[in-house]
Amino acid sequence: MKLTPGAVGMPGTTSPNRTGDWRVSYPVFHNEKCGGCRLCEMACPEGCVTGDPKAKHFEFDPYYCKGCGICMAVCPVNDIEMAQENR
Amino acid sequence: MRKVMEGSMAVAEAVKACKPHLISAYPITPQTHIVEFLASMVADGQLNSEFVNVESEFGAASVVLGGSAAGARVYSATTSQGLLLMNEVLYNIAGMRLPVVICAVNRAVSAPINIWNDQQDSISVRDSGWIQLYAENNQDAMDLHVQAYRIAEDHRVLLPVMVCMDGFVLTHTFEPVELLDQEKVDKFLPPYKPLFHLTPKQPVTMGMFAGPDCYMEFRYMMQQAMERSAAVIEEVAEEFARIFGRYTGGLIEQYQVEDADTVLVSMGSLVETIKDVVDAERANGRKVGCLKIRAYRPFPAKQIRQALSRAKRVAVVEKCVSLGATSPVAADVKSCLYSTTGGPEVSSFVVGLGGRDIPTDTIRAIIDQVETGQTDLTYMDLQTDWLEEEVSA
Amino acid sequence: MSAQATFSPLAPGHAACTGCGEILAVRLALEAAGPNVIVTCATGCVEVTTTRYPQSAWNIPFIHSLFENSAAVASGIQRALAAMGREDEAKVIAMGGDGGTADIGIGCLSGMLERGDDVLYLCFDNEAYMNTGVQRSGLTPFDANTSTTPVGKVSSGNQTRKKDMPWIAASHGAPYVAVATPGYPRDIERKVQKALTFKGPKYIQVHSPCPLGWRFPSDKTIEVAKMAAETACYPIFEIVNGELTGVRKLRNRKPVTEYLKMQGRFRHLLRPEAAEEVARIQAIADENAKRYGIDL
Repeated sequence: MKLTPGAVGMPGTTSPNRTGDWRVSYPVFHNEKCGGCRLCEMACPEGCVTGDPKAKHFEFDPYYCKGCGICMAVCPVNDIEMAQENR
Repeated sequence: MRKVMEGSMAVAEAVKACKPHLISAYPITPQTHIVEFLASMVADGQLNSEFVNVESEFGAASVVLGGSAAGARVYSATTSQGLLLMNEVLYNIAGMRLPVVICAVNRAVSAPINIWNDQQDSISVRDSGWIQLYAENNQDAMDLHVQAYRIAEDHRVLLPVMVCMDGFVLTHTFEPVELLDQEKVDKFLPPYKPLFHLTPKQPVTMGMFAGPDCYMEFRYMMQQAMERSAAVIEEVAEEFARIFGRYTGGLIEQYQVEDADTVLVSMGSLVETIKDVVDAERANGRKVGCLKIRAYRPFPAKQIRQALSRAKRVAVVEKCVSLGATSPVAADVKSCLYSTTGGPEVSSFVVGLGGRDIPTDTIRAIIDQVETGQTDLTYMDLQTDWLEEEVSA
Repeated sequence: MSAQATFSPLAPGHAACTGCGEILAVRLALEAAGPNVIVTCATGCVEVTTTRYPQSAWNIPFIHSLFENSAAVASGIQRALAAMGREDEAKVIAMGGDGGTADIGIGCLSGMLERGDDVLYLCFDNEAYMNTGVQRSGLTPFDANTSTTPVGKVSSGNQTRKKDMPWIAASHGAPYVAVATPGYPRDIERKVQKALTFKGPKYIQVHSPCPLGWRFPSDKTIEVAKMAAETACYPIFEIVNGELTGVRKLRNRKPVTEYLKMQGRFRHLLRPEAAEEVARIQAIADENAKRYGIDL
């Protein structure tokens, strides 16, 4: 481990952590009824939902997604479903 | 140019010459005059610093921590209760390796409340990772402030420095001092170049969480920085002497120690009194000397061991105590002599707590006492009849 | 990451709990603030989960000092930037939890507000000392079950009301004060951006539901936040130059039971014997509604 005087850390160095390993369920983005409101993107605590509001298409990043289900809960058109992890 | 001025003013002049970007302090006697003079200088446009009035010493220390982290040169001053209140932040500043400089005006600690001089306050934070330099007189106090920034900001060190000066005895006493020439200070003290600082141009994270896997290494790095600082302290003192023409730094000072049988060890303004007694006793044929500890942290063990190697008896005289044990400076001195065979007897003396005057006769009495034998811990000049009364009540 | 934002203040891979309301609120607030910021943070969940050496999730300059001095450190940074002629380089934002703001940190916060330092203070209110195990704080609501105000045979939980921090900040003369919630995520962004147009000290308190501490399933974070606002348990408003404004009004204010029943920390109030306690909480909500003119 490289040690800096005063334990000073560098930006974005948590990126290698696969927090996706935590989850027991994951969101399925059907992208059928999506209205492009972006609420799922805003509501994700990890910031791992991305997409194109014009194309009305959103997806999650499985490397980081902790499976909390907030995106499913906030979607106003019920276009997201939570599925069980089978690993 | 020589001028007679109050110790606090001398310190304010020194700080002004160092051009700190940010000053933050909270009033507490007897530090008040230092910050009042600085506030006045800022108000008159003589000193171009941000002067931040705060809600407590804890706030003051936190404000200078933030300022230093942002890459600024900073200053604060406090004493006694204020220093104790800052305790948490002092450890934080040192752990973050920020080169903050403060003046710790030495004053007794409460309870009972007492505003006069002793060294209990700065001694109580000796483990914090701050370099501690003790001023003997007002010239020292001035010069040490300038050297403090050089030492702290050196990338081999990057530890905060506390310049300790005796409250009232030095801060409120008018003495002639040699003023600092601004051009020379600018030559001696270049602008602060941080190793890391907070800026969106190059983001870093400071004050991280370190688990059992690496915390110990970070603390060890501070130990190493302390050890390296000893050499830096001497280097800086030598350069200061070259530029300003006087040697007012370094780790220790030996006053007639070389052939002394009895050596008194002390720190701060008391050293001047002891030197007077040394002169008088030498005239009477007693071979006594005075070892001044200038840098208490890092503790100059090697230098002290070497200086005391020929002495038969050592009296450590200090204005503080570690209640329940011995006296802190004496403990450090004894500890560094422990491994030497045939070393001197070391006796420990507590004087002047709460600003109790220390007349030259008391120093003489200490010399007399050690010449009759070693004692572990003696409080000098106690009103023993009052104490007997208390016990019998 | 917001589609509009080209930068992300917080990288993923940090250890915040699944469904954490606080980290969500932090992300929303700091995305709105942009990359030219310097952030201070009090000891608590945020710094513990995002800055374990050698890994830091922070893509922006970030400093954690102590528990109680986030506001003072921020003041120092801001004044130092001014002294060095670097004021335009960054906005200074101080963050703290409810404990670090209203309890142990109130002295330093008061000083920062009183001095008028140009700092935005964000209080992330998860209503207890969550990082140390859900102990009560000065912002713990009435009758909440916490580990230091536990529900027992002779106690129905915390017996004090929330310290009124927004008005305390306004009384200091802060030109912009606001309350926000992840129940309305865009409102958090709007308020942060609005705050940053003011010079001087700003205070925004953001309700931060904690799935672990409040005991609700991790997907309910935003619903719980919204319900707090919709029952007037957590009024949403602004105070601009001392005047109350921007109150989130409600057409059909819901009864407090709708909010209480969502969370395990209020489960003891669902028993019929607890009707009196529920009435007391309803009275607080009614008082909020009246005070802020919430009911349409």
